[in-house]
Order: sequence, then structure tokens, then C-alpha cells
Amino acid sequence: MGTRSSVVILSEWDIVAARQLGRNEAREVGFGTVDQARITTAISELARNIYIYAGKGKIEIERISERGSIGIIITASDEGPGIPDVRKVMEDGFSTSGGLGAGVPGVRRLMDDFKLDTVLGEGTIIKATKWIR
Amino acid sequence: MKLRIPILKLKDCLIVSVQWELEDQTALQFQEDLLNKIHETSARGVVIDLTPIDFIDSFIAKVLGDVISMSSLMGAKVVITGIQPAVAITLIELGIRLEDVMTALDLENGLEKLQRELEA
Repeated sequence: MGTRSSVVILSEWDIVAARQLGRNEAREVGFGTVDQARITTAISELARNIYIYAGKGKIEIERISERGSIGIIITASDEGPGIPDVRKVMEDGFSTSGGLGAGVPGVRRLMDDFKLDTVLGEGTIIKATKWIR
Repeated sequence: MKLRIPILKLKDCLIVSVQWELEDQTALQFQEDLLNKIHETSARGVVIDLTPIDFIDSFIAKVLGDVISMSSLMGAKVVITGIQPAVAITLIELGIRLEDVMTALDLENGLEKLQRELEA
């Protein structure tokens, strides 16, 4: 396990702070410009989901190295209402916020590994990993 | 702190160069400013250049798509220019299709395209 940094999400400005942190970390770790854009975009979507649906939460960014591979794990956690129908939010085009609905399935496509844990009334944790190819 | 995106007038067109990372309020303010400027100047075309922008998330994409539709309601055509390769890749992977949107490689091509559209 490597270094870890985090941003608490409370306002729209924290979404900006989270993606700036992510972009800087991605650049320092050695990701190319396309992967930097993927990571920045994924963080922006996850941070916005926290802001819209939970009101408060945290984005953590951790550098990892495993069997000679280097990567970044983004963890988005909140203690919001949880997701009632996970299968539905994983469908393209589904959104309850009036957005484009690109959020969660989009993040899964941008990243290499994706894991979502949610408990109704307790909150949601999403872990998304990107490896340097 | 509220940054506003400058909107320049050139003949019957407006030129917008987005120079920094868009945050939500700036993007929404821009939407309003552009529509007011179209109204004020009776502009028939708009070029929005995104060359310095290195990522676009679903929110910014929605604001952009909306402002294009809104401009169209007011009779102005919009061309988006300067989308970087990384931005094009992430937008499509994210699942966002900016369909029916006129695009061009850079500002110069965008202005030419707009002129042709307006003359047609």
C-alpha cells in the first residue's frame, strides 16, 4: 500500500479540489494524458454523486503497486441514503438527478477495476482502480 | 469568487475561448452570459473554443449541450472547436454523445465552417 490523500466533499468547490488532486497524483505517478483525463473525469463524477445524493462524503486517492504494476485507487465514500437498486444505476442513461446519467457506468468504463458497496440508510463506497499500462 | 468567461464579437459572430478548467457556477454563468450576448448583439453564430480544456465531465457536457440548444432557439448556430484527443476519448467512454453538434479542429476551421453555414 502506498501514499494516500483525500478531499472532503461538502460543496461544489470540493469537487474541483478532488479532481485537481486526482490529476496531480495521476501525473506524478506517471499516467499519460488520456489516462489523466480518465482519472480526473472519474473523480469528478464520483465527487458530484456524493455532493448531489449524499450531501457529504470523501474522495481518497491512493497510489498502489502490486506485482510490478503501478496504479491509483479512487475511493468515494459517503454516509448518505445508499442506492436502492444498484443494477438500475449501472444501466446507461439512468439518473435520478436530471443529469446525463453518465455517472456510475461511465466511471466503470473509464477505470480498470470497479467495486460498489452500498447499504440502504448507511451509505455507499465505490472503489475504482486504474493501472499504468 | 466568480470568474466569467469573456465573449468577443467579430462581425455577426461571437467567439468564446475557454481558458481554464470550468467549475459548475462558471459554466452556468457562461450559459446566461452567452444567451444575453446573442440577444444584445443579434449574433447569428458562435464559436466555442475548448483547446486548453483537458477534461469534460457529464455536468460540463450537459451545460455545453444545453447552451447549444438554447442558442439555436434564439437563432444562433454554435460550433465547438479544439476538443483534445483525451477529451474526445473520455467523453465517449463516459457515454456522452454530443450529437448534432457542429465541431471543427480549431478556431480557424470553426469560423470557416460557421461562415459557410450562415451563408447556406
